[in-house]
Amino acid sequence: MEIAEKKQTIIKETNSDFEVRSLDSLCINESELKHPWYHNIKYFFVGLLFGIILVKAEIISWFRIQEMFRFQSFHMYGVIGSAVVVGIISVWAIKKFNVKTIYGEPIEFHPKQFNMGQIFGGLLFGFGWALTGACPGPLFAQIGAGSTVVIIALISAIAGTWFYGLVRNILPH
Amino acid sequence: MNLIEHIKQPWPWYVAGPLIGLSVPLLLVLGNKRLGVSSSLRHICAACFPANISFFKYDWKREAWNLFFVAGIFVGGIIAATILNNPEPININPKLIHELRQYHVNDYSALMPTGIFSWQGLLTVRGFVLIVSGGFLVGFGTRYAGGCTSGHAIMGLSTLQWPSLIATVCFMTGGFIMANLILPMILKF
Repeated sequence: MEIAEKKQTIIKETNSDFEVRSLDSLCINESELKHPWYHNIKYFFVGLLFGIILVKAEIISWFRIQEMFRFQSFHMYGVIGSAVVVGIISVWAIKKFNVKTIYGEPIEFHPKQFNMGQIFGGLLFGFGWALTGACPGPLFAQIGAGSTVVIIALISAIAGTWFYGLVRNILPH
Repeated sequence: MNLIEHIKQPWPWYVAGPLIGLSVPLLLVLGNKRLGVSSSLRHICAACFPANISFFKYDWKREAWNLFFVAGIFVGGIIAATILNNPEPININPKLIHELRQYHVNDYSALMPTGIFSWQGLLTVRGFVLIVSGGFLVGFGTRYAGGCTSGHAIMGLSTLQWPSLIATVCFMTGGFIMANLILPMILKF
């Protein structure tokens, strides 16, 4: 596998987005550009396992989410808590042993900036989570698991994201 | 009990949680990808309806891995609900059953209350509010917060980012307020 040349690009715009790499970090690793599209198929299979876990552990269940927000079950706290513990240990091990990607690139971590969006957006997402009983991952899994009406919730979520893009300049961050 | 029969049972938290946690290093090692689902909604906007909005003017194709990831979640849902399906009704806390009975939610055959989360349910006031406004708040709120349960609560906390801790606390606070104070009023309709 050819290790692609890394380009470091300085982006002046600050971005509040935690998940989208392209705009929110000072250094952008563009090496992925050099890989043909089918290299993305491996992420399909990670998603496949992720989806099976979401359904089989009943994380996609509206009832389980209601239990969580009423402190009536430990299940969801156990899922999220143990996922975070395993994640923390994994990230620590990656840093400690300087683990590389399968392409031989160093694994990068970018510190995040606080902004008011985490509070206001977080609360609004919490409202939506309790209403739909789903965060974004489970929306996709619920549709797959046969709740076809959730397609409407997904379209509405896409509309919500689009509306955020439209008004983000006038929102407090 | 053979293995497939065993897998068909609902998975306990101490199996599911660590497996979800392992997706963090897996995505990092496969290609420096950060676990996150809600950004797929942004990529869909950027790909389909950019509408000259600066927030959607970026090269979404470079983030296409995330769309493959959510396509996998969708197909994983199909597999889990067909060949790995557990036909038993969901086992939930009797207190919740008691509360929901007041609102005529009595069907526990599926993972979702089928009276609300169905095409007929969509035409009821409460079904419309839960599905449409709930979905909108999920899409709007996650992007405003810069991530969702996976991006902030799992990936962000795994990398010890304190803004993600604030976001996670706000997710939970919003959920507590909605589930305990506002949702009971909506369910009466």
